Amino acid sequence: MPLYLNDDQKMLQDSAADFMKGEGNVAHFREFRDKNCKDGFSHALWKQFAEMGFTGILVSEDEGGLGLGHTEAGVVLEEIGRNLTPSPFLTTAVAGVEALNAGGKALRDKYFPGILSGDSVLALAIDEGAKHRPDQIAMAATRAGNGFKLDGKKQFVVQGGSADTLIVAARTSGSAGDDKGLTLFAVDTSVGGLSRDSVRLVDSAMAAHVEFDGVVVDADAVIGEVDEGGAVLKRMLNAGRAGAAAETLGVGAGAMDITVDYIKGRKQFDTIIGSFQALQHRTAHLYSEMEIARATVLKAQQMLDEGSSKAEMMVSVAKAKAGKATSLSVKEGVQMHGGVGMTDEYDIGLYMKRDRALAEFMGDTNYHTNLVAEMHGY
Amino acid sequence: MSDLESFREETVAWLEANCPPEMRQPMVDESDICWGGKNPTFKPGQKEWMDKMAAKGWTVPDWPKEYGGGGLSRAETKILLQEMGRLKIRSPLSSFGIWMLGPALLHFGSEEQKLHFLPPIARGEVRWCQGYSEPGSGSDLASLQTSAEDKGDHYLINGQKIWTSYADKADWIFCLTRTDKTTKHKGISFMLFDMTNEGVETKPIVLISGQSAFCETFFTDVEVPKTYGEGVSSVVGEVNRGWDVAKYLLGHERSMISGDGSSGATSLGSKFADQYGRDEMGRLDDPMLRAQMAEMDIDVLAFRAMAERFGDTFKANLCHPAQPNMMKYAGTEINKRRHELIMSAGGSEVLEWESDASNGGLTARGWLRTKANSIEGGTSEVMLNVVSKQILQLPNA
Repeated sequence: MPLYLNDDQKMLQDSAADFMKGEGNVAHFREFRDKNCKDGFSHALWKQFAEMGFTGILVSEDEGGLGLGHTEAGVVLEEIGRNLTPSPFLTTAVAGVEALNAGGKALRDKYFPGILSGDSVLALAIDEGAKHRPDQIAMAATRAGNGFKLDGKKQFVVQGGSADTLIVAARTSGSAGDDKGLTLFAVDTSVGGLSRDSVRLVDSAMAAHVEFDGVVVDADAVIGEVDEGGAVLKRMLNAGRAGAAAETLGVGAGAMDITVDYIKGRKQFDTIIGSFQALQHRTAHLYSEMEIARATVLKAQQMLDEGSSKAEMMVSVAKAKAGKATSLSVKEGVQMHGGVGMTDEYDIGLYMKRDRALAEFMGDTNYHTNLVAEMHGY
Repeated sequence: MSDLESFREETVAWLEANCPPEMRQPMVDESDICWGGKNPTFKPGQKEWMDKMAAKGWTVPDWPKEYGGGGLSRAETKILLQEMGRLKIRSPLSSFGIWMLGPALLHFGSEEQKLHFLPPIARGEVRWCQGYSEPGSGSDLASLQTSAEDKGDHYLINGQKIWTSYADKADWIFCLTRTDKTTKHKGISFMLFDMTNEGVETKPIVLISGQSAFCETFFTDVEVPKTYGEGVSSVVGEVNRGWDVAKYLLGHERSMISGDGSSGATSLGSKFADQYGRDEMGRLDDPMLRAQMAEMDIDVLAFRAMAERFGDTFKANLCHPAQPNMMKYAGTEINKRRHELIMSAGGSEVLEWESDASNGGLTARGWLRTKANSIEGGTSEVMLNVVSKQILQLPNA
């Protein structure tokens, strides 16, 4: 598979680009931020996502979806990133669907119709501390009656406040750090004993602290096998991380575009500042980093779609590299804008905040750099 | 089984059966590269391997068969290179003829020129060097002054070239000369001539690494015939339009110098963990070095993905014409950083300039050599200028 988008993927890219630019643009983002919306995104827009077919990208055709892959999900995510489109696409249609794809038919039948119609929102209850450490999950799921009783706390559950369903990773045996003993559950947020405290993040997205106080779920809620949730989690994380890398890439590309545009118009000392070599070299370096990041993201997605055994390594490379390049892009962006880059009126700062939040989602650059060292065995 | 699968199977079987064992050992240094030429020095196994591959056209697998190539498709070429990599088989032939002159001739040459010059390149019979830079014309290459005067049936060449890699070992040169002094870019011609011509002199240049492939090359009243037979002009493309050929070829050169940022080793970190030592957790026993190694491993894997993407988009005509400049910049900067890290991991042992333990200062000389990467073939600064102007469309001062 050549490392560029094929014609079908380019068509999807065009329609996703038009859609986000038209319906989910930065003005739309500001509107929902400024009215202090409790969900941080528009449910009407989410329904439109569904009408476009985007919510079914990773759902098989048999089950009413488009039956496409991570590459196509990434195409949509990049446009989301470029336009700062607020939506639960990454948690619901990418990571959430991928987790459910690892589960039984009954679970998929239960959840896919709502996802496909744009009525449902999924969120991921993985992290238990300030940093992403899925190998340290300690939350307990103990056997109770026909099912399990969940006790513990999760945080950084993005879209957790508006989610109908949480994908929850908990321990059915062993202790934090063990390879085995994890189990993934699909938990409806209407169940008793579950409380959610939604907080606004730096980028205006909403994330919840979720407390499970004797939450009882029946055995049907288990995704995959009891104690064998590690594999499901890995699959979900790979999808989510590759997706987050793609969205990050979009943020970086968007920030670079508005910065290059800005320095082409801004005059100082009677000269367009974009003609200064100091800025030209930094921008060209940034372009080079963004291009390399783009190649890693596409490579990771293609490897996931091919089912390559080395995909996991490339996903970490992509998350780390896209994170670094985009961090450079937003920082250079604010700096090159000068004082106006610090104002709320200009968009560049919004990109910086979005990048920071995405960097923490499913592991930052340091986390993935360490993972690459571990996967290499040193 | 698909055609490509059976091609892979047959290729593996043939490589296994035909590649001499010496050609399946890792290269130690530059002297292990097989260059061919008229007065070649071959190490054991090199000539046999070069000849066997040349007979199949696989020294230049994707060139047309009539020019000595293998006539393989892109997909087949990729499979051949993949399998050679997997079996750790060395390249049968390295040559500026293959990397640079060949692509330029395939694009700009007459049919007669292709038939005359390409097959000997494919067979490794003629070693070429590139006459581009001059003492006053580095980054501003088009200011070159080496003159070629039209003398009716021949050109008379006078001038000096510098940084002519392996000029002292080359048989022929592809050389940029000035055929019109009244204009800059449109007065340059791309000429091919024999280095044994009277008036050609070469002198090696010693670099900070203590070694060098580079030479100064002097031309004093060198007579270059206008043709080497009917249709076989000594000038590639039109007279005075050599800059177009040079630019095309620089694209090839830049993507070649950029390499894949790695020189072979899959993971710098695991290599040095074995060498440097591990802690009780099995981690490289220096947390700062481990972190730097991991960052480098990521950058190398990322750049390899970029190289793959660049190759794919280049062949499909989907990349920006200035993309090779970006590749050259990024690849050479990564390579320099890699070698800084290798020196740092090696500690005092790799400082030894001439000991057996250091294999004659191999690591240090390699490190010093990489400093030229961001100068040769156009400096990093020139690459960034091109990217900012041609891709990002930033204005001139």
